[in-house]
Amino acid sequence: MTIEQLSIFVENGPGCLADLTEAICATGVNMHAMSIADTADFGILRAIVSDPKTAKEALTAAGYVVTVTPVIAAAIQDTPGSLAKVLRVLADEGISIEYIYAFITRRRGYAYVVFRVEDNDRALAVFSKNGIDTIRAEDIDA
Amino acid sequence: MSYYQPEMECATRESMRALQSERLVKTVGHVYRNVAYYRQLMEERGLTPDDIRSLDDLHKLPFLTKNDLREAYPYGLLALPLEEAVRIQSTSGTTGKRVVAFYTQRDIDVWEECCARAIVAAGGSKRDVVHVCYGYGLFTGGPGLNGGSHKVGALTLPMSSGNTERQLQFMTDLSATILCCTPSYAAFLAESIEQHGIQDQLSLKAGIFGAEAWSEEMRHDIESKLNIKAYDIYGLTEVSGPGVSFECSEQAGMHVNEDHFIPEIIDPDTGEVLPDGVQGELVFTSISKEAFPLLRYRTRDLCVLTRDKCACGRTLVKMSRITGRTDDMLIIRGVNVFPSQIETVLMNAGYPANYQILVDRVHYTDTFEIQVEMTPEMFSDTVKEVEAREIELLTSMRAMLGISPKVTLVAPRSIARSEGKAVRVIDKRKI
Repeated sequence: MTIEQLSIFVENGPGCLADLTEAICATGVNMHAMSIADTADFGILRAIVSDPKTAKEALTAAGYVVTVTPVIAAAIQDTPGSLAKVLRVLADEGISIEYIYAFITRRRGYAYVVFRVEDNDRALAVFSKNGIDTIRAEDIDA
Repeated sequence: MSYYQPEMECATRESMRALQSERLVKTVGHVYRNVAYYRQLMEERGLTPDDIRSLDDLHKLPFLTKNDLREAYPYGLLALPLEEAVRIQSTSGTTGKRVVAFYTQRDIDVWEECCARAIVAAGGSKRDVVHVCYGYGLFTGGPGLNGGSHKVGALTLPMSSGNTERQLQFMTDLSATILCCTPSYAAFLAESIEQHGIQDQLSLKAGIFGAEAWSEEMRHDIESKLNIKAYDIYGLTEVSGPGVSFECSEQAGMHVNEDHFIPEIIDPDTGEVLPDGVQGELVFTSISKEAFPLLRYRTRDLCVLTRDKCACGRTLVKMSRITGRTDDMLIIRGVNVFPSQIETVLMNAGYPANYQILVDRVHYTDTFEIQVEMTPEMFSDTVKEVEAREIELLTSMRAMLGISPKVTLVAPRSIARSEGKAVRVIDKRKI
């Protein structure tokens, strides 16, 4: 199961991120997780939100460039070495990762890790084969 | 006072006019007979060579524009069989189509003689070492001054552009006395020389700087840093190359080599010929070229012609610095850039033409940035992909423009629009 991630273009300048987060706030959508990739000139804000469709429409209308990307969120135990194990599994299968970021959850003892890989279906099969839990969008709020 | 060809440079007005008339009549006959494009242009106006009997009839001839050169590309304006031509030089065009100019050996000799006049006017002689760091190749800067230096009999250093360390080494080791390059490169070299603390190892006495606009302040700055006299030179590939006009010891306007190129100033809107002393668009008629003669070619450069007696003794008409353009062409680091070229690249690559060009001059070097508004098609969630598209765009820009801009992706709708129309060019250079 994949979940939808919003990716938003942000210029690299004072106040740009404040403006963007205010715009997200104005959509009434809640942000569960986010990360930023930055270059010298611009950044890409990636976020898991409560309602990607509404957020994309509202942000696009507000003049932002937004894409929705399917990513995989895995639930892993919040213990030392858990992430390393998952990454080793992917490495052994030759699956390379574009980027990852993690967030803690309301589910006690677990963390969610967002994976962006080239082939979601393959990665999902590998996770499933190795007993690694992936979550659905509705699990995040639970 | 020395001159390279005093009989021309100091000719009386009457003999110059007589020579111009004779050469004009000959050139008009030559192109009418040999160039279908000209014949058609003249026939459309009901003109035959018989209508052009002297300089006074010049105004009857139709104008030629860069568009004509592009339409006739590559051989349409060639006035001799191709086998008579020995050289091609080229200038960048607006839509990827370049403008090419052809030369016979005699055309090259004349061009080089014009450059030789400029070198001698700058105090050059066969005892000098002329350091040429204009680009060599299709660009006319290097070949023109190189040839001029040969004609003078000076020792010529064909350095071409770039590699500053090597430039400085040759300049000092080989005691270069005359420097030829763009004024911005001269200023850059001057700064490098200061940084290296090698001013006392220089033998330079003069510089001949052209291919881009520069200010009197910049001249003074270069002169004091390099301890030289800095002279302006003007030219364009379509007409020949550098040396169409050049500055003399007075450093107040450039003498036009009018025995080869007849200048006129016209009202850019009406085409009407304007009197001396009035600013307008500069138009050239080349009257001694064999392979690629241009009649009444509109340069799009704005300037003033004056015929006051010059203390240097030359009687050649003088043109002022170029004070502007009638089109939107920018000259960045000596290279002609049209906003339409940038638009073409963006459109070809599937981007909307939402862009802005920012030009500035920092430490006498032009900075050139193109801001492009980000679009959903261009965007991706991975930096890798966005950067790959950015590099692709940069590569196409470089291929089209001949120089490397900085390409910056900006937020949609962030480029300022005035009255609904985007401001395309912000040129902060103070020239």
